[in-house]
Amino acid sequence: MFKTKIKLIKDNKVYSRPAVGSAILLMGFALLLLSIGLAISVGAAKINFLTVWNSILNYDPTREADRIIVSLRLPRELGAAIVGAGFAVSGAIMQGMTRNPLADPGLLGLNAGASLALACVFAFNTGANYLTVMVISFIGAGIGAAMVFGLGSMSRGGLTPIRITLAGAAVSALLSSLGEGIALYFKLSQDLAFWTAGGVSGTNWEQLKIIVPVVIVGIAVAVMFSRQLTILSFGEEVAKGLGQRTLLTKCILMTVVLILAGAAVSLVGAIAFVGLMVPHIVRFLVGTDYRWIIPCSAIFGSVLMVLADTFARTVNAPYETPVGAVVAMIGVPFFLYLARKGGRKLS
Amino acid sequence: MMNARQIKRVRVATFAAISLLIAIFIVSVATGFASLTPSELFRTIIGQGTPRENLILFEFRLPRIFVAILAGMGLAVSGAILQSITKNPLSDPGILGINAGSGLMVVVYIMFFTVESSSFLYVLPLFALAGGLATAAVIYVMSYKKGEGVEPTRLVLVGVGLAAALYGATLTLSTRLDMEDYSFMANWMAGRIWGDDWIFVLSLLPWILLLVPYTMFKSNVLNTLNLHENVSVGVGVNVGRERILLIMVAVALASASVAVSGGIAFVGLMSPHIARSLVGPRHQAFLPVAALIGAILLLAADTIGRVILDPSGIPAGIIVTIIGAPYFMYLLAKK
Repeated sequence: MFKTKIKLIKDNKVYSRPAVGSAILLMGFALLLLSIGLAISVGAAKINFLTVWNSILNYDPTREADRIIVSLRLPRELGAAIVGAGFAVSGAIMQGMTRNPLADPGLLGLNAGASLALACVFAFNTGANYLTVMVISFIGAGIGAAMVFGLGSMSRGGLTPIRITLAGAAVSALLSSLGEGIALYFKLSQDLAFWTAGGVSGTNWEQLKIIVPVVIVGIAVAVMFSRQLTILSFGEEVAKGLGQRTLLTKCILMTVVLILAGAAVSLVGAIAFVGLMVPHIVRFLVGTDYRWIIPCSAIFGSVLMVLADTFARTVNAPYETPVGAVVAMIGVPFFLYLARKGGRKLS
Repeated sequence: MMNARQIKRVRVATFAAISLLIAIFIVSVATGFASLTPSELFRTIIGQGTPRENLILFEFRLPRIFVAILAGMGLAVSGAILQSITKNPLSDPGILGINAGSGLMVVVYIMFFTVESSSFLYVLPLFALAGGLATAAVIYVMSYKKGEGVEPTRLVLVGVGLAAALYGATLTLSTRLDMEDYSFMANWMAGRIWGDDWIFVLSLLPWILLLVPYTMFKSNVLNTLNLHENVSVGVGVNVGRERILLIMVAVALASASVAVSGGIAFVGLMSPHIARSLVGPRHQAFLPVAALIGAILLLAADTIGRVILDPSGIPAGIIVTIIGAPYFMYLLAKK
């Protein structure tokens, strides 16, 4: 038994670079603080770094700069950071679980499901508070994911990456069409459109109070189960051979994915590609050990989203460019590269 | 060559499809805002309608019905070509991202010219065509690998990815439009058949009249291209040239159709499949049937959408997707 275990692990070569991982965590954190600082200081009202620092430490509501920073820009950037972490970690978990390098909450129907759910909320219950909105996004994301995975596993030959991606495209098309239909029917197309394109502009402290703990707990659970995820990423048989209760692990991890993606979508709308790109970059840097991949993905995702949001806000001022579009434009070449590299292997 | 039994099957299927199309036509005229009963319709067609009846039929209903029929045919034939050339049963101009490219150009166009300007009507399909062709070229180049050619799986993945990017870009641009242009764009993307004037019929007609018969003329080439590459070379088809030519035809048909009808996916996917299951895989037989089924699907979807929400309607593209996505999923599960 023990020998087979060793063999299984050797065959699958976990390679891990703890030194690089810790360096990334530290530097990533510094980079995150720096980019948040930068993000707060640029924009319509120019504010220098020192003022930012000052206004956070001793907030004075009579100063205009302080009010802008604390009530508008800081929550926005924190929102971007938390959402980036949520998307990136849920993408990392999905890629490990499905062994599908193209997995991402946007490509697998979660985002579309959550968007449809949100369209329903806007249409039927406009007075809903943020907690309700978030819970309903979870449910929508869950429905989308269940459809994609159900469809993928129904087919002969099982869940190959190409099959899942196509199923994701079909489910996304269906759910977003339904959402669009509802939006047109109830004439809320325009409200929803900007939101769907992805924007963190309206984030306030009330929302953050709910979403931050949820995402942090989700990431913590993901880190707790990251060893099991590493083993699962070798394949189900291997994991079973090593004595893992794969069904339980998968259920827990899937729940984490739904919570993270649902929470993120409920705040900024459907943003694809953060969950796709970040884990790949991180894997390239720290190796295939998910104990490092998950925390590093969280940090990287945060930095990416904060920078993308800052770019979106300033590139075309005073217009706001939807951050989702910025991310898609960075993400697509990356997706194309992956598809090109792995096109044949994936089928 | 087709034997007598096959020819009979094609005739039966064609006849059934035409009857169904006529039935939907009658339903379409008879339902919704300002409708005509079948007897009023008959009277109007033979030229004895009241002015009101003439107005309803010739100014309101007929142009839109013709646009739906023509666009449905264009999309169906486009999908059939793409499926045969890529040897991938899941190909469709919408899924491969060609519609998204056309859509981006449509939004670019309405940023510079307003919806009302008169040149708009004729030039818009050309803009959509340019966008569609450019997208197709990028997809082709991106999925081409030396020594391997265009591998179908990669082609679809590249298409799905590119569609997402173009959609993002379109959305970005469209948030800068004013209310009226924005609402036009949102409806266009959702696949509302907006061209409901004779002018749109006229601007779409040449494309369909030219390219659909051309495709049927090329049936034998498509038959061989659908086989293994070596076979096509063996029987003397210039594979590279014919393939590119036919892809351009497919893109032109799709772009011209979506320019007038809006971004509609899944018609191009479903129609060829249904046709093939009715009359078999020979292009001589199934292309005309596929074109008819495309027309039926789009006209039915537009009629349903129009009746559900009177008078503004649910865009046909949404209805088609709600029917088409489950069908796509069924194909995916069966394949």
